[in-house]
Amino acid sequence: MELFIAIFTGTIIAATPLIFAALGELVVEKSGVLNLGIEGMMLMGAALAFWAVTAGCSMPVAIVAGALAGAAASLLFGVLALTFLTNQYAAGLALAIFGSGVSAFLGRGFGSVPIEALHRVDIPILSDLPLIGPLLFRFDPLVYLALLMFVAISWFLYRTKAGLILRTIGESPQTSHAIGYPVIRIRYMAVLFGGLMAGLAGAYLSVAYTPLWVENMTAGKGWIALALVVFATWRPLRVLLGAWLFGGMTILQLQGQALGLQVPSELLSALPYLATIVVLLLISRNRQMLALHFPASLAKPFRPAG
Amino acid sequence: MHPRLELRNISKRYPGVVANDDVSLSIQPGEIHAVLGENGAGKSTLMKIIYGAAQADTGEIYCDGNAIAAHNPAMSRALGIEMVYQHFALFESVSVVENIALSASGAFDLPSLADKIRELSLRYGMPIDPHRQVHDLSVGERQRVEIVRCLLQAPKLLILDEPTSVLTPQAVVKLFDTLRQLAAEGCSIVYISHKLDEVQELCDTATVLRNGKVTGTARPKETTSLELARMMVGSKLPEMHVSPAAPSEKPVLEVRNLSAKARDHFGVDLKDVSFDVRGGEIVGLAGVSGNGQAELIALLSGERTHGHYDAIKIGGTPAAGLRPDERRKLGLAFVPEERLGRGAVPSHTLWENAVLTAHRLGTVSKGLVDRRKASIFAAGVIDRFKVKANGPGATAQSLSGGNLQKFIVGREIALAPKLLLVSQPTWGVDVGASAFIRQTIVDLSRAGTAVFVVSEELDELFEICDRLLVICQGQVSPSLVRTSTDREEIGLLMTGRKMSKDRSGDVALQD
Ligand SMILES: Nc1ncnc2c1ncn2[C@@H]1O[C@H](COP(=O)(O)OP(=O)(O)OP(=O)(O)O)[C@@H](O)[C@H]1O
Ligand SMILES: [Mg+2]
Repeated sequence: MELFIAIFTGTIIAATPLIFAALGELVVEKSGVLNLGIEGMMLMGAALAFWAVTAGCSMPVAIVAGALAGAAASLLFGVLALTFLTNQYAAGLALAIFGSGVSAFLGRGFGSVPIEALHRVDIPILSDLPLIGPLLFRFDPLVYLALLMFVAISWFLYRTKAGLILRTIGESPQTSHAIGYPVIRIRYMAVLFGGLMAGLAGAYLSVAYTPLWVENMTAGKGWIALALVVFATWRPLRVLLGAWLFGGMTILQLQGQALGLQVPSELLSALPYLATIVVLLLISRNRQMLALHFPASLAKPFRPAG
Repeated sequence: MHPRLELRNISKRYPGVVANDDVSLSIQPGEIHAVLGENGAGKSTLMKIIYGAAQADTGEIYCDGNAIAAHNPAMSRALGIEMVYQHFALFESVSVVENIALSASGAFDLPSLADKIRELSLRYGMPIDPHRQVHDLSVGERQRVEIVRCLLQAPKLLILDEPTSVLTPQAVVKLFDTLRQLAAEGCSIVYISHKLDEVQELCDTATVLRNGKVTGTARPKETTSLELARMMVGSKLPEMHVSPAAPSEKPVLEVRNLSAKARDHFGVDLKDVSFDVRGGEIVGLAGVSGNGQAELIALLSGERTHGHYDAIKIGGTPAAGLRPDERRKLGLAFVPEERLGRGAVPSHTLWENAVLTAHRLGTVSKGLVDRRKASIFAAGVIDRFKVKANGPGATAQSLSGGNLQKFIVGREIALAPKLLLVSQPTWGVDVGASAFIRQTIVDLSRAGTAVFVVSEELDELFEICDRLLVICQGQVSPSLVRTSTDREEIGLLMTGRKMSKDRSGDVALQD
């Protein structure tokens, strides 16, 4: 039982940064913009949040600082890709490299002292329930925020007019412009939101998940988030499930190593990546569904016709 | 009182062409004003400038006496200007009601908007199902959606860029009633059409454009269509010559007991369709759009394959299971109804678009594109069909609607096919060029090609076809010889009523 609880809660926690980053990227891509720089934005968020804690800021302030750092980094991408119509692949890769460089530079002053991690919230009565309490009600607040974001984003995309506008811009910015929507401005907002979410994901890593600063501590999670969005065929629920799957495999792999399984640990660490990709690949085979959810203008530069 | 809309000295140039040259016009409240001109005369460009989707290089626009500075479509919508685009502005991945909600003001309430659409579209004689996805709609249905979307906004100025090019005659009648009523309530309407009889019936005044310049104004109701045509084209119209057909012994296209389920539950199932097209003759398919034409065309062109290989034979070879390129090898050429997207890749050049279907003519050798040959081929089409374009290097999307249509039809005809499949051959093509395209199709058939034409325009079918088929709810009628049938009979078959002539010669209807 103890083991089950450990695996379950571990899964949810390990999935949280991915949920933030991938949902943010989902919104960006739904607007037809491809930002490959998630890894860079996450690292900026992680570094800034960690720095804020060591500088004596409160946890909420530190987390907001991390999110804003991600947004600031995404603005850089936005200016390049949306205003100057640079190739989006190139601009995104540049952001990824830039973010990892800058965060490493900032992080040199941090030292290797751990900080006190974000506390979990204790909900009166609920947290003390047997089984249910430890399973569902002893997480830190960001875990709940991630789930809230999932609900909010699904609702926004498929139930509100603003969400409809965003999705249709992703299909055809020309048409959106022709019927009178400010395409560039809306895309900027989407990119900034994606940055905010990636920054949050980074902050979660450095102040809650492993309350420690290590250079390149995201360890490819930004890229996994990117892959999640594609393999989830641009659908929020599948992003969520994919993130949990990845989180679950990560924890199982750790447990496997702890139990001393006779499998090379490198192979075990590759398992979550492999399993996530295989499963998502299998569910994304339906071509027609794919065509319906795929933002047709993805990564294509747009300039309003004059 | 100020005019509703006033244009002063509007000029707009694109690379290699002056689309609008010092155009001025004014439209009063309640006036229905036609803008006429050949393909490429600059009509759509002028409309986009009025709507703010394109910016004029020089000139001013006044709405109700106020100058509009820094124009854009959002500003137009705020001012009560609505526009039906020639190339529709609809999103394919979402439903009809969502598309309409995007340009509707007011609360975002899809269910009640859907009810309103259902009710109003019925009243306007253009019934649409608000919950269908736009990518499943035929162009005729898309046109209805575009029009209903604009009418729902109760506009002050309504711009209609060829709104009736793929509407059924019945829907056009209803549309005109609606437009007259709108005008009576004070809405100004700008109306573009190549169908001069429509313009004469509907419009109070007309401005004629040629090569971007205003060449005259007219009162269509007091002018003959011949005169109007002459003002547009600047010369006399060509006359059609249709010599009697000499059909080949063996059919080139044989369709036998073709049944197919629709691709989605909104489509129409084809039920036991059988017909032949022989070399040297033109067979037309009449019918209200959305009665299975899309399914039939997809099956004939190879976009969709069928398990019974013998259900479709091309030149005697079972072809129902073949891919489009394999069918093209058997001598099939195909003009789809959607010219942007299926007929041509919008952002690619004309010569690249030519390569897409003309690879048999040596434009591709050993897997490499022979750019020189492709350019020569494209230039040949441009020249022969008088396509107004900035050479083979122009992108497909830079062409005016009618000119792109001429290019696509021309490209397929230039392949000298054994079997030509055309959908809406003269969609949006001006009077002169339509006559030319029809004549070329007739000449092609008389040289031995089997031609199958799908069109909603009965006039066109009657002008060129030797035999006619009527499709209704997935069933195709036995063929009717053109010279022994009439519009009335076809019209009844289109609405699904069978007609039998009894001995006395009276017409009896059966439902
Ligand atoms: N985006 C563009 N880039 C370059 N040239 C363009 C562009 N849009 C239009 N043109 C050119 O401007 C001219 C006028 O085009 P326009 O679409 O206004 O013609 P039109 O009168 O609407 O013709 P049609 O009856 O065929 O629709 C054409 O020669 C066309 O090639
Ligand atoms: Mg036009």
